[in-house]
Amino acid sequence: MSFWEFLISHWDEVVDQTTQHLKLTLISMVIASSIGILIGVLITRIEKLASVTLGFVGIIQTIPSLALLGFLLPIVGIGTIPAIIALFLYALLPIVRNTYTGIKGIEPSIKEASIGMGMTNRQLLRYVELPLAFPVILAGIRTSTVINVGVATLCALIAAGGLGEFIFRGISLNNTQMILAGAIPASLLAIILDGTLGLVQRFYKSKALWAGLGGLLLFFLLFNMVGNNSKAEKLVAGFNSEFIERADGYVGLDSLYKLPLEIKEMEIALMYRALYEGNVDVIDGFSTDGRIKEFNLKSLEDDKGYFPPYHAIPLINGNTLRQYPELTGCFQKIKGLMNDSLMANLNYEVDGKKRELNKVANQFLKSINIYADLNAGTTDNPDIIIGSKAFTENFLLAHIFAQLIENKTKLKTKLQLGFGGTKLVFDALRFGEIDIYPEYTGTAYLVLLKKQPADVDDFNNPETVLYQITTDLKEAYDIEVLPPLGFNNTFALMMRKEHADSLRISTISELSDYLRRE
Amino acid sequence: MEVKPSETIVLLGPSGCGKTTLLKLINRLIEPDSGTIEINGKSNQSIKKYTLRRNIGYVIQDVGLLPHLSIEKNISLVSRIDSNSLSSDRLNELMELTGLSGDLLAKKPSQLSGGQQQRVGIARALANDPDLILMDEPFSALDNITRNELQDDFLNIPLLKDKTIVMVTHDVQEAFKLGDKIALLDQGIIQQFGTPAEILSNPSNDFVNSFLNKDRLILFLQNQLVDNRSAADFLGDASIKNDEKRSKLIKLLSNYQP
Repeated sequence: MSFWEFLISHWDEVVDQTTQHLKLTLISMVIASSIGILIGVLITRIEKLASVTLGFVGIIQTIPSLALLGFLLPIVGIGTIPAIIALFLYALLPIVRNTYTGIKGIEPSIKEASIGMGMTNRQLLRYVELPLAFPVILAGIRTSTVINVGVATLCALIAAGGLGEFIFRGISLNNTQMILAGAIPASLLAIILDGTLGLVQRFYKSKALWAGLGGLLLFFLLFNMVGNNSKAEKLVAGFNSEFIERADGYVGLDSLYKLPLEIKEMEIALMYRALYEGNVDVIDGFSTDGRIKEFNLKSLEDDKGYFPPYHAIPLINGNTLRQYPELTGCFQKIKGLMNDSLMANLNYEVDGKKRELNKVANQFLKSINIYADLNAGTTDNPDIIIGSKAFTENFLLAHIFAQLIENKTKLKTKLQLGFGGTKLVFDALRFGEIDIYPEYTGTAYLVLLKKQPADVDDFNNPETVLYQITTDLKEAYDIEVLPPLGFNNTFALMMRKEHADSLRISTISELSDYLRRE
Repeated sequence: MEVKPSETIVLLGPSGCGKTTLLKLINRLIEPDSGTIEINGKSNQSIKKYTLRRNIGYVIQDVGLLPHLSIEKNISLVSRIDSNSLSSDRLNELMELTGLSGDLLAKKPSQLSGGQQQRVGIARALANDPDLILMDEPFSALDNITRNELQDDFLNIPLLKDKTIVMVTHDVQEAFKLGDKIALLDQGIIQQFGTPAEILSNPSNDFVNSFLNKDRLILFLQNQLVDNRSAADFLGDASIKNDEKRSKLIKLLSNYQP
């Protein structure tokens, strides 16, 4: 499928996401501009506050955007509002600083003459300082706007929508067209907004320009208000980007069960808390996740047997295995020793009890009589680099691998954790950036090999799928599959236990019935 | 120190002597630690700062025109901030008085020469028709020729003749050319306050004497005091004894005079 075909087939979504992206950016910029200019003016009046304030907004700017979103999560939850708050905070620095320097940079003689002719403080601001600092202030607003269009892509991770949805879904699904469908409109948006502000900078004295822009903004906001109000009461689902687009994810699930949910896209790491805090009602969790227990959630039974098996398997680069054949024997030691509830408990130790990953990994190994070194995986000159995706269970497995390898062989390991998607971690493995990482059979089959469930006789039979994966990965990418660990971490729809109970929902079919009630 | 209506007073002194500070105390750009300044018998502290300033014209060395406004708007801003407006007749009158052409009204400050800009600065100070005008080194930033032109015009603008003017300068010749009275300051203290002739002929202390020494002859010539005094009196007995040398010197200095 070419990019254009993709764009045409997903046109409605492209328009929706772009509108949402624009909305996030514009609303946050309007707020940031008004408050930023206000603060900027204030600190020219109260000099003592200037360095403290500039330092403070500067610090906000240095917080990584994802960390800021995560930090706001427990305070304001997920969705549009925290996204706008985060974007607002990011936009502040250039506006405050430019307002301050713009006003401070005005020639002293002009100010002196103006004060000397009898201007009040307010008149000085209105006739002298703001008009003269305007180009500098606007330059700050331009900088902020361009930054904000970029940061707004991250807001997709907290269910605020925007073009980040395509970008993150594309990354996790190894779908370049989809990444471009998010990235290109986002770039265009940045260029167009910057250009518009450039026009304002050049022609700001033209009343027609202001009237036109004001009208456009008003129309856009009104249009969106109306759009928002029409939404009826529905159950809201928080799905991660990968699940929304994957063949074995929401698409297939919806066609089998019929689930008219309102979907918000969000980061896996945020989903559980969002569900727990009532921001969403349904999520696509993992059946071994520790937070099921921590947040008192309920997994809905997959009564039609839709979700394929996701048995955990270590994937290893073929070259590495040929160089260190002893690794096969090493992983035989833990073959099949982990079951679903054991894994869920280990996850809970980390997510719920906040214990350290290496200690929990060590505790598991101890339970099967392997007394490993807690500090495995920290050498600077590793023989083996172990990767993982960015969620607890994968982190834990990587730690277990490291401790196991260093205990059973003479090899030194290093952990390189937290790749932001299946595509990224798998590419790292293929190109030898890492040597080994924990994967799942279903994912390997559907995402890595890009096969359909129908391509194999019995997709729900773990043995068949494992065989297929082992041969195909070896042939296509020289990637070897080590023995399965034993547990099956499949997708599961989850709800808050008391919510599900009050609606009398315990299976996906019952959820479907509830959603389609009249 | 007392200033009479329609007098032009020049505050003169070396840099850092406090002349600008004294000027700014009048329109309260600087507040005094002690002492009072009275205008028409009323302490300036008893008048609201903004009201006070709106009734005093203010001209500074760098003019301080707003670069984004036309000359017309710059001049009328003084009225506008007081919720008044200037008629176009009044604007044209001000332009004419200050020796500017009316078509300059639509121009931006950057399109004007330095001398024209300072004329606008003076027009602006006159816009509200204040009785008192403060000028802080108004001609110092200009080149020699333009400065002399403006100084001459300054003496000849009828409207300015009726105004009470307090002007700061560090230029001795300018002070003697423009001032009805001169206050010579040093280290924050008025060393002598009097007419140019008084100060020249009767310096009150060593500072005044030495401050004027360098310019003595020129001042003497400019003030045309030749009738009563010989050049040698002003020069002291130090340098010139011989009549021939003296007349040469006078000739030389006369040529210097523009």
